[in-house]
Amino acid sequence: MRLTLRVWRQKSAKEPGRFETYEAKDISPDLSFLELLDVVNDGLQQRGLDPIAFDHDCREGICGSCAMMINGEAHGPQPAVAACQLYLRHFKDGETLTIEPWRARAFPIIRDLIVDRSAFDRIIQAGGYVSVDTGSAPEANSVPVPKPDAEEAMDAAACIGCGACVAACPNASAMLFVAAKVSHLAKLPQGQAERKPRVLNMVEQMDREGFGNCTNHYECMAACPKSIHVKFIAQLNRDYLKACRRR
Amino acid sequence: MILDPKIPPGPLPDKWEAHRKALKALDPSVAQRCRVLVVGTGLAGASAAATLAERGFQVEALCFQDSARRAHSIAAQGGINAAKNYPKDGDSIERLFQDTIKGGDFRSREANVYRLAEISNAIIDQCAAQGVPFAREYDGHLANRSFGGVKVRRTFYARGQTGQQLLLGAYQAMMRQVKAGRVRVHPRTEMLDLVVADGETRGIVVRDLVTGEIHALSGDAVVLATGGYSTVYHLSTNAKGCNVTAAYRAYRRGAHFANPCFTQIHPTCIPLAGRYQSKLTLMSESLRNDGRIWVPKQKGDTRPPSQIPEAERDYYLERRYPSYGNLAPRDIASRAAKAVCDEGRGVGPGGQGVYLDFADAVRKLGRKTIQERYGNLFDMYREITDEDAYAAPMRIYPAPHYAMGGLWVDYNLMGTIPGLFVIGEANFSDHGANRLGASALMQGLADGYFIAPLTVADYLSGRKPQRGDAAHPAFAAARREVEERTRRLLAVRGKRTVDAFHRDLGKLMWDDCGMSRSAAGLTRALAEIPRIRDAFWKDVTVLGGGEELNQALERAGRVADFLEFAELICRDALHREESCGGHFRVEHQTADGEAKRDDARFCYVAAWQFAGDGQPPVLHREPLAFDAIPLSERSYK
Repeated sequence: MRLTLRVWRQKSAKEPGRFETYEAKDISPDLSFLELLDVVNDGLQQRGLDPIAFDHDCREGICGSCAMMINGEAHGPQPAVAACQLYLRHFKDGETLTIEPWRARAFPIIRDLIVDRSAFDRIIQAGGYVSVDTGSAPEANSVPVPKPDAEEAMDAAACIGCGACVAACPNASAMLFVAAKVSHLAKLPQGQAERKPRVLNMVEQMDREGFGNCTNHYECMAACPKSIHVKFIAQLNRDYLKACRRR
Repeated sequence: MILDPKIPPGPLPDKWEAHRKALKALDPSVAQRCRVLVVGTGLAGASAAATLAERGFQVEALCFQDSARRAHSIAAQGGINAAKNYPKDGDSIERLFQDTIKGGDFRSREANVYRLAEISNAIIDQCAAQGVPFAREYDGHLANRSFGGVKVRRTFYARGQTGQQLLLGAYQAMMRQVKAGRVRVHPRTEMLDLVVADGETRGIVVRDLVTGEIHALSGDAVVLATGGYSTVYHLSTNAKGCNVTAAYRAYRRGAHFANPCFTQIHPTCIPLAGRYQSKLTLMSESLRNDGRIWVPKQKGDTRPPSQIPEAERDYYLERRYPSYGNLAPRDIASRAAKAVCDEGRGVGPGGQGVYLDFADAVRKLGRKTIQERYGNLFDMYREITDEDAYAAPMRIYPAPHYAMGGLWVDYNLMGTIPGLFVIGEANFSDHGANRLGASALMQGLADGYFIAPLTVADYLSGRKPQRGDAAHPAFAAARREVEERTRRLLAVRGKRTVDAFHRDLGKLMWDDCGMSRSAAGLTRALAEIPRIRDAFWKDVTVLGGGEELNQALERAGRVADFLEFAELICRDALHREESCGGHFRVEHQTADGEAKRDDARFCYVAAWQFAGDGQPPVLHREPLAFDAIPLSERSYK
């Protein structure tokens, strides 16, 4: 198949960016989207042009490295997959695709499609953990966890931290990311002791990083490669309110 | 030279406990003046960094990814073993130890493996306390499942994302220490050399992957947790960024490299589909619990699987290994798949595939149960192949997955250079010639949470803290070497991309040093690798500069190291004139095609010492003694 790619090129945060157009000819519909970029990069390098910089690593949808808007949609048009698991068979022969980095104030561009997502790490540092030193844990089965709670905790914990929720949100809000971690730990007995300070501190850090607020568009859930549910945002809001009242 | 692993005296079950008590601890007020560099933030690295910081050390943790949470441990699917014996099916530390020794085909160190089995239970306790959402039974207790090479249920799991959940647990523990000011994480930072002065490890040289700046970091100890080297085959189940550079650079500085030819080819991966394919995707081994593996009995049978009657199918694992059947260990299952494909009975494009069939399981347990157990894997399979595995069998084929070989370490996980510790997949010690499923996560966390923090503290007790002093001329010298190498890579200005050379090397390694190896093939590879390497240094194209984010340059450095390291793998494979575990020499097999060990000649760890460019490396041996489990022929029949 043949595809035309309009790709955002930006050498560094300081320089202005622009779209460049590349043609990809005779490509197999069985390629993944990132393999398409590999092919384009091969061609660019053979012509002496700088390859497109993009984050990627595991290429099986779990590391959360890859991050790009494809035709205005985070990770492209297929639901519930990251760009690395998106296959060209989902596109039409001859189609033009626009590829951009995540756009959010809290995710500054580093180069081309690569952005700085360290804000997510700082949010986790603010409280996204259970404080338990190595070697001080009780016997694992001494704290039973009801199966439905464990399942729901896992639904939230499945977040891969890619940032698609932020990129998809018209407010560039990180609520779904924060909600996933807050809810994962709130659903488990192990997370109870620090539940209140955790939600307060993580939300405070989220605001400090410059993410926007949630206005219930639910674009985040639609874009999430792991289909993290917006009900966790409701959980986050409840936990936050409760924690504020009893501060 | 005979290497001394410094195994503590005493009966096997008492060694670790006695040794642990004898290790000197550091008072936190002293520890806070010691700086430990942890390279890599996967299960081993993140858990070590967090625990060292809890004990008061100043930790600098580095990873090449944009966040510590993305290290490749995240992709482990199936589970983590422990000898809890919750299902009451007769499991014990003894039994986990025995399974691991036997699974490794008697090429691992008894004392280390016993310690691993002993620690396994504490890992589960630790992770559960961190809030890892393990699968539960309806009564709220932890659930277990079975895995290859084992007859008890001892594998703990979190759906098909066990590695992700364990890694996030360790990452979060480390983030807590970042908040406490005791860990500093350096993301997008790659270690390019080890600094050794006066025979001791003093620090590392790194490149900031955003600015391109090359600088040295000094530390009182260096912990390498840099993973395995399966991407030497180009196509593998590993992440694209996985590489051998840190370990190989340490080898060039004097750390011995042990058993590099012990590589694991995983039996259940999605087969290769095309030239530009960039990786092979693993389908968790847990699928073999319910899936049945088969090929047609007739060569060249092109009928769709549904039209091949039961009588004309060969369930070859069940036929050859009636006792373990589809749960035969990985090396055996992979070799058996290759054998039937070599006979012309493979399925799918190019005949490089076998069926993994869930029809019986769906009939017996219902689609809903199968969906609950493996739904995410079936979804992944559909995304990649556009096929529905509920309706027709999956097609699978073996792919490079794990490196049992790695830098040599003693019982304290310290390499041959004092102050250099190596943990997780990057070391060699626990899996022998074949790793059992769900044991990598166990080993990474045992090393990181429970062993290295103690042995690093013991090493540092009584030593004078360097306090970040990088004034020794060895730092500047190592930095200059890295700068010079970077300059050389950029100066070639050839015509072929880095990936093209990587593909050439990968194909050569897969053909001649993959699932089966021969003296002729290995000799050919040893002649061919230097030719690819020369071509690389004459004709590679790396555009852009060194002082910017330059992904082609990053890859070029890694591939350049693989082009040297591949020779070491082949040399080790050629020297080991026996078959054991994943190392299968066609000259050494039993009448029915099983691996044939030569314990009289090869019951040792082969540790290679770098002797200079163009010089053959020097072989050192660590003899292996099997006191608790007598050497025997491994049988899964």
